[in-house]
Amino acid sequence: MSILVDKNTRLVVQGITGGEGTFHTRQMIEYGTKVVAGVTPGKGGQKFDDKISVYNTVAEAVLKEGANAAVIFVPPAFAADAVIESASAGVGVVVCIAEGIPTLDMVKVFEFLKNRPTRVVGPNCPGVISPGKAKVGIMPGFIHKEGSVGLVSRSGTLTYEAVHQLTILGIGQTTCLGIGGDPVIGTNFVDALRLFEQDPETKAVVMIGEIGGTAEEEAAKFVKENMSKPVVSFIAGRTAPPGRRMGHAGAIIAGGKGTAAEKMEALRSAGVHVCESPADIGKTVAKAMRK
Amino acid sequence: MKIHEYQGKDILRKFNVPVPDGKVAFTAQEARKIAEELGGGTVVVKAQIHAGGRGKGGGVKLAKNPNEAEAIASKILGMKLVTHQTGPEGKIVKRILVEQGLAIERELYAGIVLDRAKSQLVYMVSTEGGVEIEKVAAESPEKILKEWIDPAVGFMPFQARKLAFGLGLVDDQFKNGVKFLTALYNAYIAVDASLAEINPLVVTKDGRVLALDAKINIDDNALYRHKDIVELRDFDEEAPLEVEASKYDLNYIKLDGNVGCMVNGAGLAMATMDLIKLAGGNPANFLDVGGGASAETVENGFKIILGDPNVKAVLINIFGGIVRCDRVATGVVEAAKKISVNVPMIVRLAGTNAEEAAQILNKSGLKFLVANSFQEAAQRVVEALAN
Repeated sequence: MSILVDKNTRLVVQGITGGEGTFHTRQMIEYGTKVVAGVTPGKGGQKFDDKISVYNTVAEAVLKEGANAAVIFVPPAFAADAVIESASAGVGVVVCIAEGIPTLDMVKVFEFLKNRPTRVVGPNCPGVISPGKAKVGIMPGFIHKEGSVGLVSRSGTLTYEAVHQLTILGIGQTTCLGIGGDPVIGTNFVDALRLFEQDPETKAVVMIGEIGGTAEEEAAKFVKENMSKPVVSFIAGRTAPPGRRMGHAGAIIAGGKGTAAEKMEALRSAGVHVCESPADIGKTVAKAMRK
Repeated sequence: MKIHEYQGKDILRKFNVPVPDGKVAFTAQEARKIAEELGGGTVVVKAQIHAGGRGKGGGVKLAKNPNEAEAIASKILGMKLVTHQTGPEGKIVKRILVEQGLAIERELYAGIVLDRAKSQLVYMVSTEGGVEIEKVAAESPEKILKEWIDPAVGFMPFQARKLAFGLGLVDDQFKNGVKFLTALYNAYIAVDASLAEINPLVVTKDGRVLALDAKINIDDNALYRHKDIVELRDFDEEAPLEVEASKYDLNYIKLDGNVGCMVNGAGLAMATMDLIKLAGGNPANFLDVGGGASAETVENGFKIILGDPNVKAVLINIFGGIVRCDRVATGVVEAAKKISVNVPMIVRLAGTNAEEAAQILNKSGLKFLVANSFQEAAQRVVEALAN
């Protein structure tokens, strides 16, 4: 098993004819993901690489191709609209790769999604991969390996680093997901941890956090109260100065809140295996799983 | 994006949020002229820097008349203002705000910010104005009243009334308070702010409610639809290397250490900084060169990092996913040949074609210290610093 995406995923790519969309669609197909349709308004009727139908709307892609997941590669100014379009069309899982979406746009999107069945992952994230089954995103597929560790992270390349450490040690993954570096995101740590806890194949979870906000503290509370599986964590940004946005819009220590030290302490006291060094993530998982 | 107090107040004025009359001055003569225009009575001269605690640092002074305003302005302009937010090096004051003095009855607090846990904006007010709100939150949280804003309907009149009642406003003050709070919300939404903090929000003896101070931050992601606000950027407020880096679209933040680092991705960049520190070094900067890491971005990255005289070693940590490591390596070699790098360079390339990349680096004739793992990279840095 795995979470969010698997062999049954039928993917529609929003923005399939753009540069990013084209490149990553080919990569996803090569990995074995079932890409069933693309959407670019005004280009309906065309074929992508002579085989995938391009539609004007997501609703058509759902109706004609049975798309049940979407990945978004449109520019940030149009991304909020794209997310709502997919949710309106009844797509179950929407992965928003786009970076740079205004916060107030996402606040509205989040409100729209409340009480709707659609799960949004991102924005500003690398996506979701269930090794050997499906890749919905921009991560390099080859560093992953099928196995029993779930991984959730606010980062992109740091996620790859962690996966790489696991794979080198022979530890495979059920699903790896980047939830995004923005302050308003569709799927948070608690959502991901709950899914991993429910997934029978996932035996342990890696959670990679960073400075800013209180998502890690909320995750710590959830782990303490609800998780039976071991959780290993690393928090990036111990050396980050307060008041500065460290690349990700959400990675900022504001008003003295959101420091790495606070998060690590909260996680430790919830029984999470907290790595001091980002180089020790793989080793710590191996140790946690032996127990 | 941060803007100055006077720029924030100009924005507020546009959205009918009451602020004291006043104007920015760049010279003492201008300050005098503004004080005269304001009626010749008492004015406040306020240093304009992007940091709080200006009053305690001596950057805010009362002047009884235009003569005094000019004298005070000439002292504040050019002064090195040190506050708890500027660090010990302080900031040179180049602009001042000259504002009409007010007969203040009460000092309150009003602020709007995103509540990340709820994904909604939260409006906060407090009777404890003029002190740091973080302090109030820590010591007497019950003195902060909060209203969460449903984005479907926006900030509702009943919420404005609730907050105004909570602040103990009565009669005209109440009416003015409700208007103020509503107008501030409208301004926040219209300019895509990421923070609006009015501290203090003052009630005058004649019942007016005004923003005595204004801290407005703008969401960087939304700047594309606010070209007028982009113009407000004050390059003097940023470290020169950060300004330079922004020209190349590089995400660079200068720090105090001696190990320059160049990394792709923000999370990995932060983790690399952390690892340098754990290994006994000190990061000189945060630099995210983005997913691509082309020869050009690497070259620009080198220029920025080496522009910092404190840098004694450079660590390049690239996780090649979609971007191939051999191409990054070629870029690093080309860039290092163009710019003479005379500090040790530690390079760690992992992911796609990492082995080919190591060969390119080793055969380049340049003195790279090639590290195979994240841990090894940090150790190499410390060794390099020791030599």
